Amino acid sequence: MTRRDALLFVFVGLLILVTGFAQSWNSALYILNMGLISAILALGVNLQWGLAGLFNVGIMGFVALGGLAAVITSMPANAEEWSAGGFQVLAGLLLGAGTIIAAIMAYQRLPKGRTRGLTMVAILIGGFFLFRYVFDAGVEAVEAVNPASTGYLGGLGLPVLVAWPVGGLFAAGAAWIIGKTALGLRSDYLAIATLGIAEIIISVMKNEEWLSRGVKNVVGLPRPTGVPYEIDLQNSASFVEKAAGFGLDASTASTLYVKLGYSLLFTVVLVVLLWLAQKALNSPWGRMMRAIRDNEVAAEAMGKDVTARHLQIFILGSAICGIAGAMMTTLDGQLTPTSYQPLRYTFLIWVMVIVGGSGNNFGSVLGGFLIWFLWVQVEPMGLALMGLITSGMSDGYWLKDHLIESAAHMRLLTMGVVLLLVLRFSPRGLIPER
Amino acid sequence: MDFLNAIVALANFVIVPGMAYGAQLALGALGVTLIYGILRFSNFAHGDTMAMGTMFVILITWGFQSAGISFGPLPTALLALPFGIALTGLLLIGTDKMVYQFYRQRKVKPVVMVMVSLGVMFIMNGLTRFIIGPGDQRFADGERFIISAREFKAMTGLKEGLAIKTSQGLTVVTAVIVVAVLFWFLNRTRTGKSMRAYSDNEDLALLSGINPERVVLYTWLIVAALATVAGTLYGLDKSFKPFTYFQLLLPIFAAAIVGGLGNPLGAIAGGFVIAFSEVTVTYAFKKVANYVLPDALAPDGLAQLMSTDYKFAVSFSILIIVLLFKPTGLFKGKSV
Repeated sequence: MTRRDALLFVFVGLLILVTGFAQSWNSALYILNMGLISAILALGVNLQWGLAGLFNVGIMGFVALGGLAAVITSMPANAEEWSAGGFQVLAGLLLGAGTIIAAIMAYQRLPKGRTRGLTMVAILIGGFFLFRYVFDAGVEAVEAVNPASTGYLGGLGLPVLVAWPVGGLFAAGAAWIIGKTALGLRSDYLAIATLGIAEIIISVMKNEEWLSRGVKNVVGLPRPTGVPYEIDLQNSASFVEKAAGFGLDASTASTLYVKLGYSLLFTVVLVVLLWLAQKALNSPWGRMMRAIRDNEVAAEAMGKDVTARHLQIFILGSAICGIAGAMMTTLDGQLTPTSYQPLRYTFLIWVMVIVGGSGNNFGSVLGGFLIWFLWVQVEPMGLALMGLITSGMSDGYWLKDHLIESAAHMRLLTMGVVLLLVLRFSPRGLIPER
Repeated sequence: MDFLNAIVALANFVIVPGMAYGAQLALGALGVTLIYGILRFSNFAHGDTMAMGTMFVILITWGFQSAGISFGPLPTALLALPFGIALTGLLLIGTDKMVYQFYRQRKVKPVVMVMVSLGVMFIMNGLTRFIIGPGDQRFADGERFIISAREFKAMTGLKEGLAIKTSQGLTVVTAVIVVAVLFWFLNRTRTGKSMRAYSDNEDLALLSGINPERVVLYTWLIVAALATVAGTLYGLDKSFKPFTYFQLLLPIFAAAIVGGLGNPLGAIAGGFVIAFSEVTVTYAFKKVANYVLPDALAPDGLAQLMSTDYKFAVSFSILIIVLLFKPTGLFKGKSV
C-alpha cells in the first residue's frame, strides 16, 4: 500500500466521521457496518473478476443464499411443522435430486443414440411427477401449521455466527452447479447464467414458504453472542450510568453500542478475509490465476487446467459473497426476499470493484466503502440539489413537485455516471493492480 | 364438442398469449442479437433501452390524448411510435458517440464493453425512473378486444370463450411487418448487405471500403426501432413498469442465445421457444384436461407444472439445456 492509497482510506474514514458529526452517529455507524459488508462483497467479486477475469452478475443470488443460511442455521426448529410434513418435504427433495442424478447417469452410461434420449426423458418426466406427488403434499401440510406466525420448518437453532460460514457453503454449492455448466463456455454466457440463477434463487425464496416463509419474511433472528439487545442495555443501571458519563441518553447509547458491536465483528471478518485474499494474490496460485486471466492459451500450453482453476476461484469468490449475505441478514435481524434487487445487490457491487480498482484487494475494500457512502448520501444530496433548482418555482407547480419526488432516483443515475467516468478516465480504478 | 372446447381453452390461455409474448421477445432478442453481431458485445442496457423508448412513446401518447388526437379503434400509442423511435434513435446515437465509440476505437475486450453497457444501463434506468417514475403506467386506449370471450361464445355456441385483445393482434401484425422490413433491409439493400458483411468478417469488410461508423450508426437506429416497438407492444399488452423491463433482459437474452447470438432468424425462433415454454409450463391445464380426459382420470389439482412465479426458471433452464447440448444455439450463432 502506498501513501496515496493510505490517504484515500483516510479520506473515506473522514467522510464517515463527517457524517457522524453533521448528521448523526447512528447513520455514520450504519454506513460503516454496511460499508464493511460491501467491502467483503467487493473482495469476493474482485477475486473472480480481478484475479480470474470471470464476469459474475449473480452476486444477488449468492447474497440471498447467505441470508437463507442465516435463517436455516439460527432459527429454532418448528417441531409441529416437522411432524406435519417436514420429512415428506425432505423425501420429495431427495426424490427430485435423485431424478436429476439418475438422468445424468443415464446420459453418461448409456451409448449415444435414441435409447439414451428416450430413457433420459422418461426418467425426468416420471421423476418430476413422483417428486411433485410426494413434495406437494408435504409442503401443504407444513404451510398449514400456524400460517400467521410460522408455517415453515425453521432452522437448526445454532448460534447465528455459525450461519456465516454456512452461508459461504450454500453459495459455494450454488456456484459449483453454475460453474460446472457455464464455465468453459464463452464469457458472456457465464454472465447470463449467473444473472438467471440469481433471479431463480430469489423466486424460490419468495415462493417456498415451507423453507423461509417466502414473502411473509422471517423476523427476529437471534443476535450473535456479544451483541446485546437494546432493551436489556436500557434496563441495566450500570450501562445507563456509563452512557450518562458520555452525555448520552440511554436509548441512543444502546443503539450505538449494538451497532459498534456489529462493526467489531464485521471488521474481524473483513480483516481475516483481506489477509487471506492478499496471501492468495501474492502466492504462486495467485500468479497462476493472473497468468490464466491474461493469456488463457499460453497458460493452458504450460499445462494449467484453465476450466478447473476457473471453477475453483468462482466457488471461492461466491462463497465470500455468501458469507457477506449471511452477515447482512444477521445485521438486519430478518430475511425479506423482496428486498433483494439486482441493481442494489449485483450491479452496485460491480461499481464498487471497478471504481476501487479491479485486481487490487485494497482497492475493492476502498471501493466498497466509498460507493456505499455515496449510495447512502446521494439521496439527501439529490434532494438538496432539487431544492436548490426548484427554489425559484412557486409551491404546487407540477415541475417542482415532480423534481422533488424524483430526487430519490438520482442514485442510479449517479452510480452510472461514476462507473462510466471511472471506466473512461481511470479504467484501472482508484487503487490500480500492482 | 368437449374436444373443441379444450382446443379453444388452450388457444385462449396458451396459444394467443404465447404468440403475443413470443413476438415481443423476438423483437427484443433481434435488437440484442444485432448489437452482438455488429458491435460484438452483450448489451445489458437493452431492457432499459426498451423502457426508455416506451417512456417516450407514452409521453407523446399522453400529449396526443390531451390534444384530442386519437387513432380510432387502434391505440393512440401507434401514432406516437414513430416519434418515440426517432427520440430513442437520437438517444442511442448520442450514447454511442459519448460512450461506446471511445472503447470501440481502442478495440477493448468485449467484456469491457459489457461493463460499459452496465453503466449505460444504470443511467437509463435512473433517467426512466426520474422522468416517469417507478410505478405502473397505463397508456392503452381504443378498442380493448378484437373478439371478446362473450362474442365468441355467442358466435360458436361453445362453452369456452376465446378472447383476442387488440394489443395481442396488433403485436403479432406489427412484429411480422417489422421483421419483414428488417430482413428485406438486411438482404436487399446496400447498407444492409454491408452490415452483414461487417458482422461476418470485420477486416474483410473494412478492406472492401465499408465505412464502419456508418454501419454502427445504422445498427443503433435499427436497434432503437426494434427496442421501442418491442417495448411499446409489451406495454400495451401488459403494462409499463421500468423494473419489469429490466427483468425482461433475462428472457430476451435467453431467446437470443437459444437461437444463436448474432443470428436474426435464430432470435425470432428463440423468442417463440422461450415464450411458449414459459406460458405452457406455468399454465394450469386443469380446464383442458377436464375436457379431454374421461371423468375418472381428470386431475384434482390445477395440473400446473410450475407456479407462475417460476417463469424465469423456465427460460433459464431452456437456456442451460441448449448451451449444454448446442453451445452456439439452435441456429448457428457466432462466438467471440
